[in-house]
Amino acid sequence: MLELKNVSLAVGAENWIDDVSLALSKGTLNVLLGPTLSGKTSLMRLMAGLDRPSSGSVWFDGQDVTGVPVQQRNVAMVYQQFINYPAMTVYENIASPLRVRGADKKHIDAEVRRAAELLKLTPYLDRTPLQLSGGQQQRTALARAIVKNASLVLLDEPLANLDYKLREELREELPKVFAETGAIFVYATTEPHEALLLGGSTATLNEGRVTQFGPTIEVFRKPNDLVTARTFADPPLNTIVLPKKGAKFSLDGGADLPVPVELADIADAAYTIGFQPHHLSLRPPVPGAKALRARVQVTEITGSESFVHVEFGGSRWVMLSHGIVSLEPDETVDVYIDPRHLLVFDMDGNAVRVPDRKAA
Amino acid sequence: MNKTLNNRAWFMVLPVLLLVAFNAIIPLMTVVNYSVQETFGNNLFFFEGFKWYEQVLTSSRFHASLTRQIIFTLVILAIEIPLGVAVALAMPRSGPWVPVCLVLMALPLLIPWNVVGAMWNIFALPDIGLLGYVINAIGIDYNFTRQPGSAWFTVVLMDVWHWTSLVVLLAYAGLRSIPDAYYQAARIDSASAWSVFRYIQLPKMRRVLTIAVLLRFIDSFMIYTEPFVLTGGGPGNTTTFLSIDLVKAALGEFNLGIAAAMSVIYFLMTLLACWCFYTLMTRGDEQ
Amino acid sequence: MARIDLDHIRHAYTADPRSEADYALKEVHHTFADGTACALLGPSGCGKTTLLNIISGLLRPSDGKVLFDGRDVTALSTEERNIAQVFQFPVVYDTMTVYQNLAFPLRNRGVPEAEVDTRVREIIDMIDLGGMADRRANRLTADSKQKIALGRGLVRSDVNAILFDEPLTVIDPHMKWMLRSQLKQLHRRVGFTMVYVTHDQTEALTFADVVVVMYEGEIVQIGTPAELFERPSHTFVGYFIGSPGMNVLPVKLDGTTARIGEVAVPLPAPVKIENGAKTELGIRPEYLSLGREGAPFAISKIEDIGRQKIVRGTLESHPVAVVVGEDGEIPADARLAFDPAGINIYADSWRVEPEARA
Repeated sequence: MLELKNVSLAVGAENWIDDVSLALSKGTLNVLLGPTLSGKTSLMRLMAGLDRPSSGSVWFDGQDVTGVPVQQRNVAMVYQQFINYPAMTVYENIASPLRVRGADKKHIDAEVRRAAELLKLTPYLDRTPLQLSGGQQQRTALARAIVKNASLVLLDEPLANLDYKLREELREELPKVFAETGAIFVYATTEPHEALLLGGSTATLNEGRVTQFGPTIEVFRKPNDLVTARTFADPPLNTIVLPKKGAKFSLDGGADLPVPVELADIADAAYTIGFQPHHLSLRPPVPGAKALRARVQVTEITGSESFVHVEFGGSRWVMLSHGIVSLEPDETVDVYIDPRHLLVFDMDGNAVRVPDRKAA
Repeated sequence: MNKTLNNRAWFMVLPVLLLVAFNAIIPLMTVVNYSVQETFGNNLFFFEGFKWYEQVLTSSRFHASLTRQIIFTLVILAIEIPLGVAVALAMPRSGPWVPVCLVLMALPLLIPWNVVGAMWNIFALPDIGLLGYVINAIGIDYNFTRQPGSAWFTVVLMDVWHWTSLVVLLAYAGLRSIPDAYYQAARIDSASAWSVFRYIQLPKMRRVLTIAVLLRFIDSFMIYTEPFVLTGGGPGNTTTFLSIDLVKAALGEFNLGIAAAMSVIYFLMTLLACWCFYTLMTRGDEQ
Repeated sequence: MARIDLDHIRHAYTADPRSEADYALKEVHHTFADGTACALLGPSGCGKTTLLNIISGLLRPSDGKVLFDGRDVTALSTEERNIAQVFQFPVVYDTMTVYQNLAFPLRNRGVPEAEVDTRVREIIDMIDLGGMADRRANRLTADSKQKIALGRGLVRSDVNAILFDEPLTVIDPHMKWMLRSQLKQLHRRVGFTMVYVTHDQTEALTFADVVVVMYEGEIVQIGTPAELFERPSHTFVGYFIGSPGMNVLPVKLDGTTARIGEVAVPLPAPVKIENGAKTELGIRPEYLSLGREGAPFAISKIEDIGRQKIVRGTLESHPVAVVVGEDGEIPADARLAFDPAGINIYADSWRVEPEARA
């Protein structure tokens, strides 16, 4: 188990990592999700022992390893850039960590072939990395990380430089590869969609702080605060600030949103209401839902779905509709917010209620 | 920006630290020691305070050689930096000629300094040297051993010949690091060659040019061997730069105290100038 | 603004191409109407960047001609073609302000200063950088820099086309959404012909009116996003567009029934296939549903990705993916049903148009 206890990293006057506590168990896949410069790489470097935290401690299997250099920690790392030894064959590249350790030939051969098989590199073992496609180069780097049999494997946006479809393929294979090794995997990404596809657990990062950590789908569905919800939304989360009056969040033009039953008792005040793009629709999701008159800004069609960007009372929202929706810019349309899936935050951004799907 | 935690790294740099200590710090301390004492040989020393410093700073001889030094440095910087950039711009960016050009550029840098001085001495002799002969042949009276103007011209020309390549190589490295997209964008924006230079190449070369100016400043400020071999500081004192003057004081006249004080002043001036350059040229670079 | 004709274009990087395989770009013959937003979509090495460079004039095609509004520009250089380009990594002039960056192409062309000012102010507002006019360009974020690069194209009134070479590569996901929709709105407003190169299907489909899908130097389909989604003309298009891609299953045809092993799938219309051709059925995960009726389906994995679930399993030992809505139920021993509207039949990987129903 890898534990970070109140870890901070100050660089100059800035806190790159701000009081992070995390516990990652063996054999798990953990996603670090956050935008560029949110501290993903810094956090990984602290986990690896490449940097020493300014305060706090790092524990591995119950031992304090703060300050233990990376060479003594059995850590493997894969980067966004494809890093291999250009003059060596793929076989030698994969074998290199074992050679360094002085493993015997038979063992090396067996390990290399196993990893190559796992990552579909067997036909390319005799080539050099430069004779491979980007995807194969990154597979080689991954195979090297796996062969190392490290107890901690850090993947820093490993698929960012690959083509969309290759990314999809590798992303599907990775969890299988992870499951076989029993190591702790940490995977950094900027894309919420990628986190959801990988599953496992997710820690959302914002400005050096971990805002939430838990099973990926749960963090997605029940964010603790607005920052987490925004970090974990692609397309962006739709929001609007509304005053609660009794059993309603009152909207201009007489269209109200019902306050969810379990939140009936919260004080009458202003709240930030968040809802996902697929919970905004052109048809009433439940009988009696009130229509909002929104103005279309632009429609993006992906074939199976359409993203309609609309403007309502100064807020910009994205609506995800199935099929092809042809709406012209500046057209006025009736849209409906699904009242069963509201995220309600107080004005400090803390979740007042996250939708409970069973109750809905 | 990222510090490693490996303390063994200190052992690796230890030899360098020792080398620097023997090379720079200990001699410097010795000089500082000399500069505040009077000696008459026999290892007898008397403390004199800042007497030598006062003498040096008020001496017209020091002022004259300092002025010559500053003029020389400014002149060669004004020639070598633009010339170096121009040559770098003219060099091919790819193809079989690149290595040829690079080797040609590196050649002058590989020649020992005293050889450069001797070479130019012979080259510029008015009767048998090719340069001297040609200049006289086209009707210009030229003799660097007798005319101050000719001497200056020769010293500057020699330095330009010897050191412009360094600027070329640095500037060329800077140019090569500019992505192609910038040139394409500039073409699309109909930028003139001058605009491309002014808004793309020059800004992207700024860092390497800072280094080039610094290196050339330090080197030229401390120039000794080449002019010593070429002109010996003459005719008269017209090409006696600071370092030549210093050696004259120390070895020619055995004024150890004066020479030591001069050295310390000299050292502080170089340091100050470098610091000024560096802060000036890296200002607004915090990104 | 201009219509772009690509007249029998081919390109080989080797000097003396002999066989078809020597061509990095196989024959392209197509017209982009004036004012179209067009995307060139495909994996790396498919020839899309080669084609873009041919349009921009960086590369001269081995064969064929490029015409802008009927004028042959094949021999003209990039600057003579009056195009603008936005690159993968944002190109801004570091020492200039945002305003100066945008004014640069106009000033270079000797436009009077009063007009420069009106144009630049108009464009600064258009690309949402109002208030930043006097900021140094190198201090801005990647997405703002990319807007400046775009703005330098928009500011010119004589531009024939604006080309984009994977312009969102270095932009964070949230900003991608903003930039993409702004770009689309801009396109509607200014009506420039735009060509956008990408490997990302979402970018291509959301941006373009017309998408050109390329694969191994060849154009495999040109169509609207809807056409590419519903009627992929090649199994590669089916695979490449859509996430997950189209399920492709080997079948035997028998009148209006397709047989996958023991499973019979009714077709909406008969399809005629040449003898000996490899016959396959393509259906997108969105057109499959799980329920009590249909073919036996062995589920191996369910991926809950928030707004929908991807169910992976096997049908007659062929891998199949099914997309189920957020609240969709997945019965314990689910059976697989095919929506006939989503079925396409492929012979040797190319789509066969069904015969008109009698």
